Amino acid sequence: MTVTAANASSIACRSLTLRFPGGVHAVDDVNLTIPAGQIVSLIGPSGCGKTTLLRLMSGLQHPSSGSVDLQPTANTRRGEIAFVFQQPSLLPWRSTLENVLLPLELIHWGDAAARKKAAREILDTVQLADAGDRMPHQLSGGMKMRVSIARALVTNPSVLLLDEPFASLDDMLRNQLGQLILGLWQQRQFTAVMVTHNIAESIMLSHQIAVMRDGRVSTPIKNSLTRPRDDSLRRSPEFGEFYGTVSDALRNGQ
Amino acid sequence: MTSSQRRNATREIASSLGLVIAVAVCGILIWELVVWAFGLPKALLPTPRQVLSAAIQERAAIARGTMMTGIAATVGLLAAIAVGAIISVAFSQSRKIRLAFFPYVVFLQTVPIVAIAPLLIIWSGYQFRTVVIVTVIVCLFPIINNMTAGLMSVSTDLSDLFQLYGAGKAKRLLRLQLPTAIPYLMLGARISSGLAVIGAIVAEFFVGNGSSYDGLGTLMTGWQARIKTDALIAALLASTLLGLLLFAAVGLVSATVLRRWTRHPS
Repeated sequence: MTVTAANASSIACRSLTLRFPGGVHAVDDVNLTIPAGQIVSLIGPSGCGKTTLLRLMSGLQHPSSGSVDLQPTANTRRGEIAFVFQQPSLLPWRSTLENVLLPLELIHWGDAAARKKAAREILDTVQLADAGDRMPHQLSGGMKMRVSIARALVTNPSVLLLDEPFASLDDMLRNQLGQLILGLWQQRQFTAVMVTHNIAESIMLSHQIAVMRDGRVSTPIKNSLTRPRDDSLRRSPEFGEFYGTVSDALRNGQ
Repeated sequence: MTSSQRRNATREIASSLGLVIAVAVCGILIWELVVWAFGLPKALLPTPRQVLSAAIQERAAIARGTMMTGIAATVGLLAAIAVGAIISVAFSQSRKIRLAFFPYVVFLQTVPIVAIAPLLIIWSGYQFRTVVIVTVIVCLFPIINNMTAGLMSVSTDLSDLFQLYGAGKAKRLLRLQLPTAIPYLMLGARISSGLAVIGAIVAEFFVGNGSSYDGLGTLMTGWQARIKTDALIAALLASTLLGLLLFAAVGLVSATVLRRWTRHPS
């Protein structure tokens, strides 16, 4: 038994609104469509509602009004939507392999042998094949994040939501892990939404960049820089020009 | 840990143990000196040597008393861990249960055990069972307080992760909350291990000498009545050692059997 190939889902947020008690709009009438198989970055200042929007998309939180629709409907199979948190958030009492096995165990996927095989495969993909028996405290920060990414992808989700996953890492690791995400996306073609503060990162990874401010999302900016994107792209004039465009949009909140 | 780090750690433990022993030796010398200088009578304060000879003379009684008190304290501590864990799980699953019953758990902590022991003797009799019940009452609060905190301290990310994969309450409890709570439980058990011996001995004071039960506390009441101060001090030292032993045993279980969970609290 192997994990079935991912069918990327498109995500459509329609008039999505979340009001906190007291009337504050965390997410305010968001209309945003993320085409299947694309990576979209959400950038914006702290507290503008990015994480809340991501949680609404994942179904972890329910909107006050509006809806999130996944096409094809993904909610029929658990493990279809995966989440990578800001911190690796591994279970400290479980080994690397056991941490990656957790989602498969929780959704009762396959038998023990098949689960182990799938977990080993994804650990191999994130270049942690030899670290399966290590405990989280024996891993570096970058390795922990790779385990966290492996754990998210082990169910072969059609939607991957990333909440500032590299915020606590240094620049070099950030770039490496960004490249890892790109590589994984090329293999699996999932739909991804990534919250980030880092403009360069959002340009390197995404097809579209949406700026968020005070709970509202502006029309996404299309990123037409060529793929595959590697570090040399950062030195190109096109990258610089696009960086300026995104930066302006972020400053003006549009 | 590298071998040089291990060597350093061993050296550090050895030197701190040396200091502890040095303080004990100084204390015994000062004690001996005070008795000699003030000419204190044996009934008031015997010398360390007199205590040692009383301990040797009464060794059978002290050994049996230590064994009885040790068993009562251990059984009480284990029962408190079991009962406390069950109550904590109930607290962690329902806010209503927590709000309704937690004040009574605090009440359990504030009620003076010396006042409740005679009542328990009336209800449960002059026997082993009563000593265990008193021990459980004394040990329960640190266990419930710590374990409930542990069960409730699961990180939001992990909680979200379990929700995302559709884990129900039972799965969350077994695979997330309980493992998270183990270090907290063991911390509570460590505090309670010292209290267990105190609880058992207080109960034994009330069970009294002359009954079929003879723990360290019952021996102490008997020796106090006969002003056998040297044997009384020997029993006191035995009870202190017993407390240390129980404390060390809890630490050992934490560091070995439960190492996977206790080494790195989340």
